[in-house]
Formats: sequence, C-alpha cells, structure tokens
Amino acid sequence: MNGPRHECAVQHATGEALYVHDEALRSGPLLHAWPVQSGHAHGRIRAIDATAAHAMPGVACVLTGAHVTGQGVIGPVRHDEPLFPDEVSHHGQPVCWVLADSEEHARRAAAVVRVECEPLPAILSIEAGIAAGSFLTDEQTIATGDVDAAFARGDRELRGELQVGGQEHFYLETQCAWAHRDATGGYVVHSSTQHPTETQSTVAHVLGLPAHRVVCESLRMGGAFGGKESQANAFAAIAALGCQVTGRPVVVRLDRRRDLTITGKRHPFLARFRVAFGADGTLHALDVQLWSDGGHSLDLSAAILGRALFHVDNCYRIEHLRVRGRVVRTHLPSNTAMRGFGGPQAMVVIEEVIDRVARTLGVPPETVRERNFYRPGDRTHYGQEVRSADCIERIWRTLAESSSFERRRREAHAWNASHPHRKRGLAMTPVKFGISFTTTFLNQAGALVLVYRDGSVQVNHGGTEMGQGLHTKVAAIVARELGVAAAAVRTMPTRTDKVPNTSATAASSGTDLNGEAARRACAAIRERLGIVAAASLRCAAQEVVFADGVVRGGGRELPFGAVAEAAYVQRIPLFATGHYATPGIHWDPHAGRGEPFRYYAYGAAVAEVEVDGFTGMHRLLAVDILHDVGDSLAEIVDRGQIEGGFVQGAGWLTSEHVVYGDDGALRSRGASTYKLPGVGECPERFVVDLLPRASEPGAVFGSKAVGEPPFMLAIAVREALRSAVAAFRGSGIVELGCPAVPEAVFRAIRAGTV
Amino acid sequence: MTAPPGPQKTLATFHVNGESHEVAFVPHKTLLEVLREEMNLTGTKHGCELGECGACTVQVDGTPVLSCLVLAVDVVGKQVRTVEGLAKGPELTELQHAFADMGAAQCGYCTPGILMTADALLAQNTKPTRDEIKECLAGNLCRCTGYIKIFEAVELAAARCRGEKAEPRKESIHGS
Ligand code: FES
Ligand code: FES
Repeated sequence: MNGPRHECAVQHATGEALYVHDEALRSGPLLHAWPVQSGHAHGRIRAIDATAAHAMPGVACVLTGAHVTGQGVIGPVRHDEPLFPDEVSHHGQPVCWVLADSEEHARRAAAVVRVECEPLPAILSIEAGIAAGSFLTDEQTIATGDVDAAFARGDRELRGELQVGGQEHFYLETQCAWAHRDATGGYVVHSSTQHPTETQSTVAHVLGLPAHRVVCESLRMGGAFGGKESQANAFAAIAALGCQVTGRPVVVRLDRRRDLTITGKRHPFLARFRVAFGADGTLHALDVQLWSDGGHSLDLSAAILGRALFHVDNCYRIEHLRVRGRVVRTHLPSNTAMRGFGGPQAMVVIEEVIDRVARTLGVPPETVRERNFYRPGDRTHYGQEVRSADCIERIWRTLAESSSFERRRREAHAWNASHPHRKRGLAMTPVKFGISFTTTFLNQAGALVLVYRDGSVQVNHGGTEMGQGLHTKVAAIVARELGVAAAAVRTMPTRTDKVPNTSATAASSGTDLNGEAARRACAAIRERLGIVAAASLRCAAQEVVFADGVVRGGGRELPFGAVAEAAYVQRIPLFATGHYATPGIHWDPHAGRGEPFRYYAYGAAVAEVEVDGFTGMHRLLAVDILHDVGDSLAEIVDRGQIEGGFVQGAGWLTSEHVVYGDDGALRSRGASTYKLPGVGECPERFVVDLLPRASEPGAVFGSKAVGEPPFMLAIAVREALRSAVAAFRGSGIVELGCPAVPEAVFRAIRAGTV
Repeated sequence: MTAPPGPQKTLATFHVNGESHEVAFVPHKTLLEVLREEMNLTGTKHGCELGECGACTVQVDGTPVLSCLVLAVDVVGKQVRTVEGLAKGPELTELQHAFADMGAAQCGYCTPGILMTADALLAQNTKPTRDEIKECLAGNLCRCTGYIKIFEAVELAAARCRGEKAEPRKESIHGS
C-alpha cells in the first residue's frame, strides 16, 4: 500500500469515531432545541404565541429575538440573516426555537407554537428575480480581447440558453452543534463546522462577547461538501444562545427534513451565451451571461459566482471572451458553497457551448475540445498564465489511449445500429481547476506542533476533517518532516484555542495551507533539534538527518526521543507554531485581472452510458479517469476523493433534482424524493489512474489539491448521455436539461423525433 | 396551566452485543433512540430516521434491520448486535480490517450501518459476487466514497475470511 490510510480508519470501523451529537448525548443531561419553521416563502410575522408550548412537558424555554444580548443578525460576508426574523424570507425558515429536556419534547412543543404571518409575494425563480430586479450583488465582469468586434466579423454564430440545477449536499451527518459553559466563564461550542473561526466569531457576535470567551471545536464531520462552510454558524449560535439563556448545555441537531428545508444548496444557474466559431471548430468569441440563484441572503454567493466567472473557460483558449454574472435574490433557502463552488456550473456551460458547436459542424465534440485546448504560454481571460498547460494534452492523449476511446466509440456505433430502442454514448471531457481561495487574504493557515520528551508528537492545525483525509495528510507531512513514524504523530481536534483566526477548510486548499503551516512548524523544531543532535553525534548541524524515527550524523544515530529529551534538558523549546500565506497570488476584481490561483489541477474522464428510448432511463456503464494530484501524499485518500467526487458529480448531473413547489416549499425532502447515487448506479468498470510525473513545485511536498477538481470530471457523463440521445435522433444540436434525469433525457429524445 | 403527563417509562431487558441491559425507556421509542439515548451506544447513526439511508442498520438475531423503523419493545428477548459488538476487544473482524485498509470509510458516518449489513451478508455467503454485494447494500447510502472502495473492502474481507492471503488489489490502490 502506498502512503498512510485514514488516521481514523479503525475508529470508523468500530463505531468509536464520535460526531458532535454522539459527544453531546454522552456528556450528560442536555437541553435539545427544535425550530419553529415558517409556513410561507415570504411574509411579515405579526405575532408569535408560545403559551401552549411553555405548558408542554419538559420545555425550558422558547428562544426568540428578545433573548439576544448581542447581535441577532448574522452572515459570513454581509449580515443579512436574522436568527429570529420579523420578515420571513423562505419557506421553512426558523422563526424561533424551543428548548426542552428531550428532542421529542422540544419537537412536540414546537408544533404548538402559533406564528401569525401575513404572506407577501414571493420570488421563486431566477427569471422571476431578474424580472423583478431582485439581486444580491452588482454585476461582475471578466473580459479579454474585443468581444463585440469579434462578433461583428461575420463568423458562424450560435446563441443558446441553459438552466443548470442545484444540488443538495446530503452530508450523512446533518447539521449539529452542542454548547456548554466551561469552568472559566467561557462557552465551548462543539460544531460540525468547516470553519471553526467563523463559528466562534458568530457565536461571540450573537452572545455579545469578545471572541476569547468562546472556543469552537470541530472534532470531525460526517460529510460537509461545503454545506458546513458558513451554514453551520446559525445552529452553533442557537445552541450557545440557549446555553447563555438557560445556563444549561444545549444541543441543536437538525433531522433530515429540517436540514433539507432550512439549509441552502448548490446554486442553480441560468446561462445565456453567444459564440462565434470557425469551420474547423475554433472558438473565436464567446459572450456569456450568468445568473445564480442566491436564495434569500448573500452567504458566499458573490465568491461562488466569481469562481464561475473564472472557470467558464475550462481548458479552452478563447481569444475574445466576456463573462458577466449576477446573483439573484429569491425567497428560497440561502444557497451556499458546495464542492466546486460555482466552477462546475460554469464548466457545464462551456461544455454545452462546445457540444453545440460540434453538432452544428457535424464533428465529434472531442475534436472541438482538442482544437481549443490551452497551450503552454497561453493566458486565461483574467490574465493568469496557464502554467503546466501541457498537462491538458498529456492527460487527454494518455486517457484516450488507456481507455481505448476510439475503439469503444466505434463499438458503440455498431451496437447502436443493431439496437433501435436503446443507445449507447461515450464522451471524454477535461478539467482545469484553479487552486486557492479567490479571496486572497483567506489563503493563510496556522499550525501548532508539540513534541514531548519521549519523542511523541501532537499536531494542531486550523483545518477541519470532514472525511476528506486532511488530518491523515497533515500527519503524514509532520511525520515526514520530523523523520518519525506515522504512529508517533497524533492529530488533535481542531479548536480555536489552539490555532486562531483560521480560514474555512474549503477551496480544496486544506492540505496546501495547513499542511505547509505544519511543515514549517516542524522545520523550526527540527532546526533546533539538529543543533542539539549535532553536538551528541559530533558532526555539523547541516549533516544531521531526521528519518525512520532516528537522528543520524557522523556515522552515528540517536533515537528521535533521546534528542527530544536532550533538548529539554538543555532548555530548548520543543514546540513551534507555523504560519503559511500562499505567495504570489493577487486579484483585482475591478479590473478583472490578476493571478488568483497558485496553480491548476487537471484531469479528464471518459464515460460510457446506455439510454432506454421508451423511458429515458439511463445507466452508467463505464468510467475511465486520469487525474493529476501532483506527488500524492496519501494515494488511498486521493483515489477516494476522485471516486467519491466523480460519483457525486454524476449524481448532480443525472439524478439529483431539487424541486420546490409553487409555494416555495421544498418538495424533494428526503432520500425517497431526491435521488442520490446508490450502489446500483456504480458502474462495472471504474478505472482511476493518477497522472505520473506531476510534482507541483508550488505546494507542500509537490502534492496537489484533490477535493473539488474530480467533481467536474463527471461532466463526461452528461456529455455521454447527450451523445446517446443524439444516436436516437441523427445530426443537429441536442438540447438536454440539467440535471439530465430520465424525464429530461426522454424529452430530449422526443424533441428530435417530432 | 399544568403540563399533561408524558407517557410513562417502562423497564425492559435488552440483549445487546452479548450483554444484558436493563433499560428504562418510553415505549414508543425506536430501537435507534434507545441505543443512542439510553444506552450510550452512539456508534449507530441517524441519517434520516425514515428508513431511507441505512445509517442506523443493526442486526437483530443476525438479520440487518433499520433501527429507526423498529420499536425498541419489539426486540426485547432478541439478540441485538451493533457496530460496537463487531470487534472482540481490540481484535477487529476481517471486514473491519478490510474497511480500514481499503479506505472504505471517508467521513465514516455511513460506515457502521454498512458494516452491519455486509457482516450479515458474509455470515451467509462466503463468496459473494459484486452483484450480490450491491443487492445487499442497496439500502445503504454513502455520500463520500462513490461505493467502489466499499465493494472492494467487502470482497477483500470475504477472501480473507476464506483463508486466502488477500491484499488490496494493486489497481484499486494504484490504478491499472
Ligand atoms: S436513519 Fe434509519 S434508515 Fe436512515
Ligand atoms: S463515508 Fe461519508 S457517507 Fe459514507
């Protein structure tokens, strides 16, 4: 096996791995919180009558805005999310919270709280929002070349529109927070959060306390995928507020229904585009307008839209490109970060454009893709050089070969010729994904490494563990830098009293940032230990080598622990902090120019599908992936991210359908009405290869980020479906809904036969 | 106004993981609630409490059941096994080892339910095919792994249980 396995692999397999609700239940008596939810998408609250609820068994308190001693309005970027709204702005929005001695008691009491609400007109779609002039942001634009002049040249031209659907995170562990008082007058909040620092500051803001009175701990999450980057904060604040008001520990745990109806999802997008292209498929000019559905509050929508603007080029050089975008405000839950953060939506759009161009010209879409690839030296529409652009072509060629793409495409053609009612389709699509937070100042991280006298090591860092294997990778980095065994390193729970002022674990950058910070802390310790060891080993400090749990030099060696003990006796500190700020990145949003990304991660995928013409039902038959993870720090972790990300992406594009009713209430409110990928969707052939010789000089130990990029490999599945639909219909553009659920595929087949 | 009296707790003996526990609980509580809230057995997870996700799977007399859909009173007198009852002390089962070796758990939240389901399969079928594994796990959702490593882990465990000296397939760790 190459590299370490998940640091909690055994705890996961024995049930010993605790999550926030587990910890809370084991801690002793608690109050449990349950929300009273709005029955209207938009409305003014006239009165809340909790008299009956107060009389129910076990009820301790009904939390309302009157209890807030600090600020009752929160939000990660703009404070526009009232915890106790006077005006409700989405169906299911919490209006107040009941605290009782059991979850059941809280739930029963919440059911009898009477909320008098005067309904107001609601905006429930992007189009309605545009028509009403309802926006959360101003327009953002990035442009290169002279788009208007290029369109005036009289090349062939296409216009189109595409709606891209949202996606529910469906982390298996729903939102949860548990707050209690500590022995020194502070509050400890255990939260299933990707962003403990922001959770801490949100709690402090609501409680009216300085940050130092609040500690937030994120032990581990049962999945997050972006859904706990900002949206865990409100629940932590409610738990802490309940604790402040009652003096008792409080747990907030949403059940699945509450989680689905309260929290935001991946943003749906509407895209309108116009493209000019040559007879050979070269894209000369592209003008794209994007609108995202932000829901009722800003949350992270501006940055998410920004990442969409950055990724509308995917792997393609387009000389004249203009992309504009704006976030629409609707009366729906506030949409938020989800794996890819706007990048996937934009990449679906450019692949849509490519496919339409290809089908207009009557050539395979793969040919148009290849024709437009970035080459070394090219720059993106925001002016950043596409470093390692040769990777695109290298991955593409290698994958075409290893997957036998051409042969299998011919075979599918032959198969289709003899199957009138079922068709197979293949597609190959590439991914380029920029790594770094596009908000430059977020690209920093801290770590605290403690070496004990016996040579054992604790590492604390600002990143959170949600299953992505961050702690495994950081521990591996620490072990490597100190030259000790993996078992000598223990990763401590992420807490804001160990490492303060951290960024969210997001943007795939958890390892790049926290891993490098931890490495720097270790390097500082190693340097001090090197001097100590050199004296004992009777060699120069530069000759000292740390490896395999020993310290070598001058032909002799000492156990690492002996050097630690010697350093202690000599009064040398055995702990250090490390801080890392990603160098060289900058972004000017007004000019639409800069180098927002440290580097790009690349990959490509081939998907093969089969479609039933009578129903539009489809099956994923085979997947071949070649992905670039740089020098992998933990192959098993990276491969897991690639496989899991791909399947999650395929779910988004082909089966997961977020549906709201005309009243703004979520209709897809459970796994029975929202089709997640299950074991049955897993294809027989699923080949994942990592790109060899891909060391990334700009990141820790040559590794590359892997959390988000593979998600977009799944666009190959959507394009393969389109190719199968085309096989039913013959030539011409194939308009395919997104998500391409069976109904959408069926409609696409039908559209071609009337 | 005084609160109406809540339902009374009853006392019953449960056999869980080979031990007997006398537990006071409200009789309309599900097995999942009693395990987590009254017995501190938090290894069994809730993902939906509607029978849709499989995270709460435990074994009752050797058969996997969704503990969110079973009333605790219904398992009195039966043998309940949860994820905490798989390992014998520090000694993990082959299935647990295989999950750890293969990276079949990422966030780990679906893992207890999947282990309990797959363990029941392996008790009956020492050489399950991929399709049999899929059929058996059809009620378990995992949002992290994409399932591939889970299938491979079950296959690896089955091989090791048969006494074969199986290691993770090279291509499942390193590609083809
Ligand atoms: S919690 Fe029982 S099936 Fe989901
Ligand atoms: S490992 Fe996270 S849900 Fe399965």
